[in-house]
Amino acid sequence: MSDTPLLDELENGPWPSFVTDMKEAAEKKPAARDLMRQLELSYKERVGHWKHGGIVGVKGYGGGVIGRYSDQPAEFPNVAEFHTFRVNQPSGWFYTTKVLRQLCDVWDKHGSGLTNFHGATGDIILLGAPTSELQPTFDELSSIGFDLGGSGSDLRTPSACVGPARCEYACIDTLDICNDITRTYQEQLHRPQFPYKFKIKVSGCPNDCVAAIARSDLSIIGTWKSHIRIDAEAVKQYAGSSLDIQTEVVDLCPTHCMKYDAVAKTLAIDDAECNRCMHCINLMPKALRPGVERGATLLVGAKAPIVQGALLSWVLVPFMKMEPPYTELKALIEKIFDWWDENAKMRERLGELIKREGMGDFLRAVGLKPVPQMIMRPRANPYFFWRDGEVK
Amino acid sequence: MAARTDFGPPDFHSMLPPVIQKNYGQWKYHERVKPGLLKHVSESGDELYTVRVGSERLLSTDHVREICDLAEKYCGGYLRFTSRHNLEFLVSDSKQVEPLIADLKGRGYPVGGTGAAITNIVHTQGWIHCHTPATDASGVVKAVMDDLFEYFGAWKLPAYCRISLACCLNMCGAVHCSDIAILGIHRKPPHVNHDVVRAKCEIPNVVAACPTGAIRPDPPNKSLTVNEEKCMYCGNCYTMCPGMPLADAEGDGVSIWVGGKVSSARTPPRMSRLAIPFLPNNPPRWPEVTDAVKNIVETWAKHAHKHERMGEWIERIGWDRFFELTNIPFTEQHIDDYTLATETFRSTPAFRW
Ligand code: HEM
Ligand code: HEM
Ligand code: SF4
Ligand code: SF4
Ligand code: SF4
Ligand code: SF4
Repeated sequence: MSDTPLLDELENGPWPSFVTDMKEAAEKKPAARDLMRQLELSYKERVGHWKHGGIVGVKGYGGGVIGRYSDQPAEFPNVAEFHTFRVNQPSGWFYTTKVLRQLCDVWDKHGSGLTNFHGATGDIILLGAPTSELQPTFDELSSIGFDLGGSGSDLRTPSACVGPARCEYACIDTLDICNDITRTYQEQLHRPQFPYKFKIKVSGCPNDCVAAIARSDLSIIGTWKSHIRIDAEAVKQYAGSSLDIQTEVVDLCPTHCMKYDAVAKTLAIDDAECNRCMHCINLMPKALRPGVERGATLLVGAKAPIVQGALLSWVLVPFMKMEPPYTELKALIEKIFDWWDENAKMRERLGELIKREGMGDFLRAVGLKPVPQMIMRPRANPYFFWRDGEVK
Repeated sequence: MAARTDFGPPDFHSMLPPVIQKNYGQWKYHERVKPGLLKHVSESGDELYTVRVGSERLLSTDHVREICDLAEKYCGGYLRFTSRHNLEFLVSDSKQVEPLIADLKGRGYPVGGTGAAITNIVHTQGWIHCHTPATDASGVVKAVMDDLFEYFGAWKLPAYCRISLACCLNMCGAVHCSDIAILGIHRKPPHVNHDVVRAKCEIPNVVAACPTGAIRPDPPNKSLTVNEEKCMYCGNCYTMCPGMPLADAEGDGVSIWVGGKVSSARTPPRMSRLAIPFLPNNPPRWPEVTDAVKNIVETWAKHAHKHERMGEWIERIGWDRFFELTNIPFTEQHIDDYTLATETFRSTPAFRW
């Protein structure tokens, strides 16, 4: 009889089952087998069985490996030590099968044979190896060209949407920006020296397919300045399709800046009023395209709830051109790193520090002037300060 | 010999299929051919078909090799993954599209997740690999996706609906801006193990880590005490100190949050809001959770206008109507009493009955 009846139940049903993957790995790897048995125990008892981290790593790095120990090592000896590698993914999560097969070979040799494609931050996760296998694993990873991602109080592995590789909405080269930043800040990525974690994510347009605005301390989101390009012929084709241009596109435009002439089948946009929300372009991708003067909006501060509540990013720079070598962007990133590093308490994210010190202090520190694009509405309380010299 | 360090990830250019290398930045438009199939057309006239496939994210190396076999047979040996753990096969020869889809379906890979569908659930580690979870991740995701499977491969919804799961308040999946977020929560304060605290923890750091000031040093004991009335079970202290575990079979479970979004289309990004404060952990299928999620999805699908995301629908009809239509009990937990709570209170007598 099976010793994992609860997990076995999860092999039923149409969605792919992680239990099947665990069983495949368990045929070759005692660690995968013990992982399953320990997970079955968690399903029975409804609590986890992993101990608190513990510092493990490989030579020359301060992060990139998550230490993990079973709290029942006698029962599950093959996962007594079960540490995880965070491996820096190629920008946009593109792979050749050649490198994926090499990764699998390395991991079959040294680890549990189980992976995550991918962790929520973007890294490839290699799930579970004993301490003695860490350095040999890294050495082989490095020989096939894979480096570690971030963990702990450091720059976390940046990630980007598919961008110009396959998306016509991309207003910036998300993949190149992500790759360039990752390479420029290897020191900050690999050796935790910050007050806490720092995340950078790059989306090519306001659809924000990597959720940069919700989960990165610095969110880089592509946008445009000039007018939306309209293909009049394609508008006519949509007019004859199942799409109702008036009710589904024009009426849902948040700024009411579109006009549709149903007789002539022509569409007009008052671009000065458009806030570039993407709705119309999403619905009529053949007829409407972002403008040609392109760059990014930079926003700061997003984070999940720990410690002081979740935040969404706030606009810092309404528009910045994004061309290699991204000198202006990097100068700003470095000013942000410096101010945060100098002023934050331990485990204080950038957004929390801005809340505590005030947006005004932050803007002065990074040398930016206040502009109305930064706010949804001005303050409603009269408790504001004047600085030295402002009142004569 | 010093080991090589800081060489960075593989250059993505070397991972791009030839059709993408040739048409990089030159894509002109795309069509959603059918659920799970996108067609991108370049200024040059070249075409690229993308077949999107749901994945369990936790993959064995043999499974990865099977995926490689498929990519070699149909896609010249190239593939990618998406930001939500899906797989994408990139096909440049249109004649290979249907054979690939048939092959995938024959092997049990679900094709879908594009357009007005429910795509893969972004999720975290849970009982498989983390020390702080209040619920499992992979098991809940499997149960919910089995239950919502009909919406993955078809366009039956008013808009798309993004579901995410994080197994504790650390929220590694950053679920707080999802149409539906499934979030593991603890409901009991830490059980302090004074021996471990004395041996392993920096007491001032643990005291400082508590956002509600519930922890006080206890110098005579060289340990600390927790004011249980102030504790809101966030687990921060446990992150700092292994002597303060919170996990508890009865205390732990799942909360459900709704109405968040990330894109700026029509309305700005917004956070998800509390819909259900607690559902029990009931493995292996978490029936209370799957029922609750399905009820919310189907109530929204029935009442929302076309293109209206969960949060846009709720703002239009009002939260009072949301709780009525979904039959979800409204409780004291729904009323915010954390910092900045008052921003969420209503300051107008204009509401719906
Ligand atoms: C017609 C409009 C859209 C197009 C052409 C489009 C294109 C894409 C592309 C190319 C991807 C793969 C990106 C990657 O993994 O890096 C993607 C994924 C995604 N997009 Fe969009 N996007 C559109 C609208 C939106 C909107 C409005 C949102 C708002 C939240 C959004 C959110 C996402 C998310 C969350 C994913 C991950 C999907 C998955 O893996 O199943 N997209 N989209
Ligand atoms: C105070 C907040 C947080 C703490 C203490 C924390 C802690 C952890 C720990 C201990 C793990 C290891 C799990 C394992 O054993 O594999 C982990 C995994 C991870 N965390 Fe966090 N986390 C926090 C917030 C976040 C946030 C906000 C994100 C993303 C936006 C994130 C992204 C990840 C990712 C991607 C993983 C890898 C595993 C996965 O994807 O499931 N973390 N985190
Ligand atoms: S964020 Fe915009 S540019 Fe990037 S993949 Fe999504 S729709 Fe395309
Ligand atoms: S992008 Fe948004 S605001 Fe601009 S015209 Fe289109 S729907 Fe209106
Ligand atoms: S959400 Fe919490 S329990 Fe889940 S992986 Fe992250 S830290 Fe661990
Ligand atoms: S769980 Fe959170 S609120 Fe409770 S004592 Fe620990 S840090 Fe404080």
